[in-house]
Amino acid sequence: MILHPGVISLIIGSGIVLLLVMFASALGIKITRGWDIKSSSEEQLSFERKTYLISTLVQYALSFEILSIFLFIYTAEDIHTLLVGAMCATGSLNANSFGFPTLYVKVVAFFVSAAWIAINHLDNKAQDYPLIKIKYRLLIAVLAILIIEFILQLQYFLRINPNVITSCCGVMFSEKGKGLVSSLTAAPILPAEILFYSLLGIMIANGIAVHKTQKKSFTYLFSIFSFIFFIASVIAIISFISLYFYQLPTHHCPFDILQKEYYYAGYPLYAALFTGSFFGMMIGIIEPFKKIASMTPIILQAQRRWALYAIIGLIVFALIASAPMILLPFKLY
Amino acid sequence: MALEKHRNILDYTLQALLRRKFKNIGIILVFTFVIFMLSSILFLSYSLRQEAHLILQDSPEIVVQKMRAGRHELIPINLEKDIRKIPGVSSTEPRYWGYYYDSGAKANYTILGIGTAILKNNRLLNGRMPLPHEKNVAAIGRGIADVRIIKKDIGSTLYLQAADGRWMNFNIIGIFESDSEIITSDLIIISEDDFKILNNMPEGMATDLIVHVSNETEIPTVAKKVKEQFPDSRPILRDEIIRTYDAVFGWRSGLIITLFTGALIAFIILAWDKATGLSAEEKQEIGILKAIGWETSDVLEMKFWEGLVISLTSFISGLILAYVHIFFLGASLFAPALKGWSVIYPDFKLTPFIDFYQIATLTAITIVPYIASTIIPSWKASITDPDTVMRG
Repeated sequence: MILHPGVISLIIGSGIVLLLVMFASALGIKITRGWDIKSSSEEQLSFERKTYLISTLVQYALSFEILSIFLFIYTAEDIHTLLVGAMCATGSLNANSFGFPTLYVKVVAFFVSAAWIAINHLDNKAQDYPLIKIKYRLLIAVLAILIIEFILQLQYFLRINPNVITSCCGVMFSEKGKGLVSSLTAAPILPAEILFYSLLGIMIANGIAVHKTQKKSFTYLFSIFSFIFFIASVIAIISFISLYFYQLPTHHCPFDILQKEYYYAGYPLYAALFTGSFFGMMIGIIEPFKKIASMTPIILQAQRRWALYAIIGLIVFALIASAPMILLPFKLY
Repeated sequence: MALEKHRNILDYTLQALLRRKFKNIGIILVFTFVIFMLSSILFLSYSLRQEAHLILQDSPEIVVQKMRAGRHELIPINLEKDIRKIPGVSSTEPRYWGYYYDSGAKANYTILGIGTAILKNNRLLNGRMPLPHEKNVAAIGRGIADVRIIKKDIGSTLYLQAADGRWMNFNIIGIFESDSEIITSDLIIISEDDFKILNNMPEGMATDLIVHVSNETEIPTVAKKVKEQFPDSRPILRDEIIRTYDAVFGWRSGLIITLFTGALIAFIILAWDKATGLSAEEKQEIGILKAIGWETSDVLEMKFWEGLVISLTSFISGLILAYVHIFFLGASLFAPALKGWSVIYPDFKLTPFIDFYQIATLTAITIVPYIASTIIPSWKASITDPDTVMRG
């Protein structure tokens, strides 16, 4: 299974990214050990210079992470023909127990490295690098996630056995099956829709509140809601949004919307969802940094701006998700 | 405005790249070549796969072969009756086909004795097909027409040696058009009766049986029942054939790409080396930039743009070259490795088939390692102290 162009590129790419982040973390640990902002020694100067290298390396890792999520889904899609019974990416990911965990870890890796870059961005704005220790500790977490991702991905591709009968998306995302995903698709659609849109309403109201006041209670709440909303949206995509895109009352696959047949609608949809939820969650995560004197104005400004980004992301997401419901003739009830 | 700043840095980068044309053209040429090679492999294997899919779409759902001692044998036609009784089977048909080695041309032909079914499908034929019981006529592929020493065309005669040593002559009444070469290049179609005489085939036997199943989900069940009723048979499913093709093309292209990683690594070392070995002039330039107020991050950004410009230029020109190579020039460089070896080569034009996935794969194999190899050298360049370099 290893000798497939997509698999080769994923493994080479992840390997390179892992090496770069490993190097960056090693530098990070060295920097946190000897960091002294007040010192004007040559060592301190070289540390300050190395921070640039670390942020470039992580930024690079993040951009590969984004590419890699899609490449991974695409590869899964591409190898489904090799597996008996698999009819799309879902079938291939189910071929062994490493498929879906790899995808989840990739999503987590995306969020964590994006968070690192956001925090790094804030830290660079302050004159005295107040977040430097937190930043480089977080970098070790990024490294750990990337290592897990690399191992899972390698295991997934090594263990794919082209003859195992797997369940395809028609089985897994159909209402008859057992397990969490099936129970999601079986959820009655109208309550799910009401839940989704009311959650969206709360999110937007909360976002506007954060944009206006940046009060502690609002920001934490917004963060929590963003997280819930992200999960709820993925559920909503499986449970009813996808139905309107496919115009089929039985097809619940969250990956097929990325395909040409559906005009690549999945890309802007997921991009908007990821951006919106990411900025939403970051607002609460950076709240504790407000206590640091040199950070307060920066954080306040960031929260105001990010709340706006989050709202825009979520509205765009909701618009794309709702467009087929409103514009296309397909109706579920 | 923040955007204006990035635009200005990009502008400066382009100017700087143009000033050092020759150094960068070297990199771009080598990079283009690497990308050209890799994307040619990908494009070719994907369009061959696509082609196989298209052809196999119309192939029968199940082919039943008889096995003896693990080898394929002639199948008695009367099995048809029993197979047709299996629920879900819509029709069955015997097939007569085989290979013919032509020692004159040193080539293998595929010979097909036709029943009724193929008669409808003659859109690609110039002339006509033999009728099922018509004697001494044949329709041949363009490849055979060309490989025989005297050019054969409609109206001339094709001689084939029968199993008993006699020579049989066939009037050529049809030639397949070149559009269908991938299927028909080495094909000779004669009537069922002639096929039996040519190969001395016993009555009541066929090469294999094809079984049509209307409902796709029933195919595995039907195949299982055939296997249970006739344990000495081998049902081959269409899906299995498609899967095998996919695996073979995926594996072959993967293998070639793996072989090419050597070239890729060599290129990355070259890129690393070029990026590390800043000339005194370049160092001075960065020193001056920093002295006039550029920050480390600005220099890094400039280096980022530089990498992006170089890799995108090479990427796009590599892709275009590969596209031309595969889809207009018939993949002359790699075809032998991916297609297999047969003397009569179908000389076909592939249908262009490119998608996001191939581009993303190529990006991950080429641009990602390139940029990765230039990060550390760029950073080293960007932290240059203005006074040290300007002092020389």
